[in-house]
Order: sequence, then C-alpha cells, then structure tokens
Amino acid sequence: MSWRHGFRSATPTRRRRRIGCLPLLAIIVAAIVLIAAIALRPRTLPQPGSITAASLKREVTHLRPVAAFASIGDPAARSLALFAEAGRVIQHPRCMNCHPRNDRPTQTDAMRPHVPWVSRGPDDAGEPTSRCSTCHHPANFEPSGVPGNPKWKLAPIEMAWQGKSLGDICRQMLDPARSHMDRAALLHHMAEDELVGWAWHPGGKRSPAPGAQAEFGALIKAWLESGARCPS
Amino acid sequence: MSYELVVNGRAHQIEEDGQTPLLWVLRDTLHLTGTKYGCGIAQCGACTVHVDGQPIRSCSLPLDAAAGSQIVTIEAVAGAEADALRAAWVKRDVPQCGFCQSGQIMSAVALLRVKSIPTDDDIDQAMSGNICRCATYNRIRAAIHDAAGSSFSPANPA
Repeated sequence: MSWRHGFRSATPTRRRRRIGCLPLLAIIVAAIVLIAAIALRPRTLPQPGSITAASLKREVTHLRPVAAFASIGDPAARSLALFAEAGRVIQHPRCMNCHPRNDRPTQTDAMRPHVPWVSRGPDDAGEPTSRCSTCHHPANFEPSGVPGNPKWKLAPIEMAWQGKSLGDICRQMLDPARSHMDRAALLHHMAEDELVGWAWHPGGKRSPAPGAQAEFGALIKAWLESGARCPS
Repeated sequence: MSYELVVNGRAHQIEEDGQTPLLWVLRDTLHLTGTKYGCGIAQCGACTVHVDGQPIRSCSLPLDAAAGSQIVTIEAVAGAEADALRAAWVKRDVPQCGFCQSGQIMSAVALLRVKSIPTDDDIDQAMSGNICRCATYNRIRAAIHDAAGSSFSPANPA
C-alpha cells in the first residue's frame, strides 16, 4: 500500500481535462439558438408594390385617322403618308406571320418559326396529313390558347410579305397577277375580310394590330383614292 | 347546356359547358382515358383523336364545336391501317414510357389513310406535331414503314 502511494508521489501523472457530454451538448444547443436568433431576427417585411402597368395592360396603339392627313396638300405625298400609316398594320406580326416568305408560317410577336413544324400544302391550309384545322378551329380557344378563325390559312406564296420592304409589299398588292385581287377586292380584303379582322382580336397574350379594322380600311380606301402611291 | 357527342359509334348526351375541351369530356366524363393529356396547348399531340376522320388535338377543340361530328379515340380506332400499325408497334417494341403513343398511333393511322406508302418526309410532316419525350422517333418511323409495307396496302390488299 505504501509502495503504491510512494510511486504515485514520485511520478505524478498529468491529469487530462475532460469535457463531459452535457456541456458539449449545451454548447451545440446554444450555437443553434444563436444562429436561429440571427436568422429569425425581426426585420422589416418587404413592402407590397404594384405590378408595373405594362405587364398588366397591353399597350394600346392607335392609327391616325384619315382626317389627320387632310392637311397634306400634295396628293402624292398624302397618298404615301396614308400608306405609311397603313403599313403599321401591314407589317405587324399579326399580319406578317401569315404572309411568310416560304411555306412555313411564323408565330408570336417575335415571328419565330411555327411550332409544330407545318407547311402550307396545296391550298395554303396545311398538308393533307397536317391540316391547320388539326389545331386551329373557327374561333380563338382560350383554354388552350390556340387562335382560330373560320378562314384560318396562309396568304398565297405570291403574297409573301416577310423580308420585303413596305414599298415592295405595296407594289405587290397593286399587282393583280400576284395579289389575285383588283383594287375593289383589295379594299374589301383589308376593310372587311374576317381573317384579316382577326388581327385586331387575336386572343391570348398576342398584341393586336394597331387601331381597328374599320380605321385601317378607311386608310386603305383613302390611299387608293389618292392615287395609291407606293414608297420607293 | 346539353350536347350530343358521338364517340366511337355511340351517342352520348353531355351536360357540360360548350367551351369545355373535348379531351376533358373524353377522359373525365366518358372515362376514355386512352387519350392522354400532355401539354393542353396543342403542342405535343398526346391528345390526338379523329374527328370526322381528321386527326385533331382534342385539348384544343371545344365541346360545342365537336358536337355533331364522328369522334374516334384510340379505344376504337379500327381498320386495316390500325391493325397493321398495332402489329408493327408490337414487332418494333416502339413505346418506351408509352404516354404519347396513343396520339402517335392516331396520327399514324390518319397518315396511312391519306398516303398508303409514305416517304420519310411524309412521315416527318404528318408526325411532326406528336412529341415523344423518350425520343422513340426512329422506331415510330420504322414501324410506320413496316405497316405501310404490310398486307393492308391498296397495292396488296389484305
């Protein structure tokens, strides 16, 4: 017994400090509480803000009325100005998408290639195995967002507008060999055709053509009556 | 409002809003669930049915426009073309997940009824509106060629 005691006294062992489980757990819990307190500290909530008007309300664009061109004394200049205003409709995506430069329609305001891949076919209303009417019906269908009209089809290839200047489109319109229309038929097409009229009631998120079909028809009528001049 | 809808040869009185997509009526009212809902915006072709013989995306056809037409779904599509396509589909083991396949078959039947011996271009044209997320397109094309070359064709009637 004494030997043991003496041995211990002669060579004292270095005592290691031990941290018990409970203090370690307490440190971890304290750290979690601290982090949670920092993360969940009271802060000012984001203030509610109104969505920008642009995303809620479609931009409304108007056409200048025929009367606005009466002050142009030179008939040729007035005719050109009238057609330039009408050109805002003619070159709008709602019209251009169905006047493609080839057999493939485009779609959306970005005028991207039509999806799915379709072709005009022998009657401009699709191939026999892939008709426009596979998806497009006599009216816009809001549940699917697919636009429609009883006369849904492409313009004839002779009336391709995409890739052409407004002047070239103008001369093409006035050429019965390409437009297949005399001037009376051209005016009727622009002012009264129901498929053309769809451009002002396209449904979904599509932007309508500027103004209204009656205003557009009045511009075309005034343009024809003022000599039907075409831009160079 | 009530609409009379003739589906697979049977007349049904449907009490739904006229703007209800035909697909909803087929699946939820008539429980013909072989026709699939894919995208709902006429972009994938999974919902293709025949309306008066033409392939139509049923998700984009309102009930009031479908009323009065003869509608055929995958459950009842029949005839030499359909039989030949079914056999070719099995032989080629075409489907992978299978979800789009009823629409693929309906479009393929309509194609063979118009072009009994279609070229690759004909097939691409007719089937371009039917999307397959498993990309079974090569097998679909091969199976259509197989079916076209089988005994149903007018040149070699069954």
